[in-house]
Amino acid sequence: MDRVISLSVGEIALKGKNRSFFENKLISHVKRVLQGLSIGKVYKEQGKIYVEVGEDSINEVINRVKKIFGIYYISPCIRVSKNIGDIKAAVLKIAENIKYKDEVKTFKVKTNRSDKKFPIKSPEFSREMGAVILKNIEGLSVDVNNPDVYVYIDIKQNVYVYTDKIKAYGGLPVGTNGKGLLLLSGGIDSPVAGFLMAKRGVEISAIHFHSYPFTSERAEEKVKNLAKILSSYTGKIRMYSVNIIDIQKEINTKCPEDEMTILSRRFMMRIAERVARENDIDVLITGESLGQVASQTVESISVTNASVNMPILRPLVGMDKVHIIDIAKDIDTYETSILPYDDCCTLFLPKHPVTRPKLKYIERSEENLDVEGLIEKALETMEIYDVE
Amino acid sequence: MEIYLDNCATTQPREEVVEAMIYALREEYGNPSSLHRLGLKAEKALEKAREVIANFLKVNKDEIFFTSGGTESNNIAIQSIISKYNRLGKHIITTSIEHSSVYNVYKFYEELGFEVTYLEVDERGIISLEELEKAIREDTILISIMQVNNEIGSIQPTWKVKELIKKKNSKALLHVDGVQAFGKIKLNIKDWGIDTFSMSGHKIYGPKGIGILYIDKNLKINPIMYGGNQERGLRSGTENVPGIVGLGKAVEILEKNFEMEQEKVKEIKSYFIKRLKEEIDHIHINSPSEENFSPYILNVSFDYVRGEVLLHYLENKGIYVSTASACSSKGVKGNRVLKAMGLNERQIEGAIRFCFSYKNKKEDIDYTIEVLKESIKEIRQITMR
Repeated sequence: MDRVISLSVGEIALKGKNRSFFENKLISHVKRVLQGLSIGKVYKEQGKIYVEVGEDSINEVINRVKKIFGIYYISPCIRVSKNIGDIKAAVLKIAENIKYKDEVKTFKVKTNRSDKKFPIKSPEFSREMGAVILKNIEGLSVDVNNPDVYVYIDIKQNVYVYTDKIKAYGGLPVGTNGKGLLLLSGGIDSPVAGFLMAKRGVEISAIHFHSYPFTSERAEEKVKNLAKILSSYTGKIRMYSVNIIDIQKEINTKCPEDEMTILSRRFMMRIAERVARENDIDVLITGESLGQVASQTVESISVTNASVNMPILRPLVGMDKVHIIDIAKDIDTYETSILPYDDCCTLFLPKHPVTRPKLKYIERSEENLDVEGLIEKALETMEIYDVE
Repeated sequence: MEIYLDNCATTQPREEVVEAMIYALREEYGNPSSLHRLGLKAEKALEKAREVIANFLKVNKDEIFFTSGGTESNNIAIQSIISKYNRLGKHIITTSIEHSSVYNVYKFYEELGFEVTYLEVDERGIISLEELEKAIREDTILISIMQVNNEIGSIQPTWKVKELIKKKNSKALLHVDGVQAFGKIKLNIKDWGIDTFSMSGHKIYGPKGIGILYIDKNLKINPIMYGGNQERGLRSGTENVPGIVGLGKAVEILEKNFEMEQEKVKEIKSYFIKRLKEEIDHIHINSPSEENFSPYILNVSFDYVRGEVLLHYLENKGIYVSTASACSSKGVKGNRVLKAMGLNERQIEGAIRFCFSYKNKKEDIDYTIEVLKESIKEIRQITMR
């Protein structure tokens, strides 16, 4: 009787011929997050991934694998061979556990026989095992329509017995869907955007813009901490940190005050695109949500887009702030995001930014600036480091 | 280059203090309450420090109580006095420029139903004794006034307060928050008739986590925390022996150097102000070189400059200072104390606090002035266009 944790892969199961690519990626993530724990083998068996664990490390393993994208459900199981006596013992052990849960009064056994060589058919075997529980465990009764708990028996090469299906994030394993460069600020939105795209399999790098000495080193530290939290889902994140104070100063002296924000954003996009291309990254990711602030109107977004050729993914574009905050709280970035250090000094924020910029006016303003030169100069300030 | 001008926030402990503390940690590790000789050794170290401090303050040894710092000293004094004397009245007085560890305690009692008078200050940041006299009533039980303000360094005339209390025939007691005064200006706690006086170790080149509360021996107050009755029952908990030893050492050195260091700092401050006035325009000196101000604190408002931005410019060149306000997306968070002094928003926004120590030299000021000139010019190019 061995302890294993099973991981249901959900969407990956639909991947047809690419399936093993996805599964192998997932297994490498499982091995990565479990580093330092004493675990046994990690293996695939008919659609699920199994991790051999010791009794003591079950909870820790579950907590860690929960954060891996591509996993839908996690079940702590007992693994036995196809010997009827062993299976009975496993079923009884599992039933013992549920007996102590107050809310559980009824159960139903559900057998899934993918090994058709096993002599007893699923419905019959379920009935047999149900009877074993009824006979040996007091206080439990069968309810086939609406049981408090299911006792699952998966008959494969091995037999797996379990009750819990712990929900994980789902999605696809990070690294199965290209690379994205996240524009990470210290706010609530951008870490959530990074999380959501990583959940669709995108490998995340992040770029951060600051205006030191007009902003504090604590703002930079805060962004690092956000990246660190994010990396617990995505794995190692490469961070690019760029000082854009000289660009902001130039805009401030040479362009209309109300265009500060939109012009800065166009610079950020251009710099991000440049960094992405040089590092084989395919898309940019931002935390923009339509209508949230002046720079996030349809007009602003289209003017921002016009500054680059690379696609910009905006997973939050149609989400309400409350929803974004809920996700931020769930993934643990919220408390860090609301710390009061600004990454982009309010000194430059116009009192009334343009909300409906026209590309031709914005481009005319940019004619006053040495765009190329400023980008080059900003890139010289770039610092690169890895966060995990 | 590292020029530390944030000595009101905290100071770098003197080398002798660090050594005394290491010795205390290694050799005087016994619990002063233990009966054996290691306990006695620790107790002796502790009592020696108490004696040094009492001598320095010209008070009795048994009027010195060790606490965890200025905040705790203020809390013990105010809370104990109020809990003991509230049957005599429910009126308490303080100023509008107190440190949070006094101000917020008063706010708490105000919520509990006490009547609080917050004394206003003039443009120098000093209370009016006439206003105070008017405010004192027969049912006033406590007056709490800080000796030296931590933002601008204004000195309050606490030595005149006892007289006023007598004149108004009140039973009010006088608590003084002396954290920025202790070791920095001349004090005469006894003659001034102060009942309780708070002090802190880490503002005078001693360690953090240790403070002092002076309590006049005629005043009997109850603790706010109960336990093993250390510090004659007022402050239970095993004594912070290394902290106390370190603080004792800091005071021992201060006793010898006090006047010399104060003179030196006075010169530094005057020199700094002179050069500022000559070389940078649009500034306001909020704490001039006068008798009413601590020589250790210089608060200056630079118009058209965000204090926080200037702070980062200075730190980039190895100069460390403080601002009164922080730049945030919600706008500048107003500073209660500077507002009470009547400074306008622009002056609050651009206020920088320089706090000196015996270590600062004239050359440090020369360098700082140069960096200030450069930085301010650059910042104003943006803000004054």
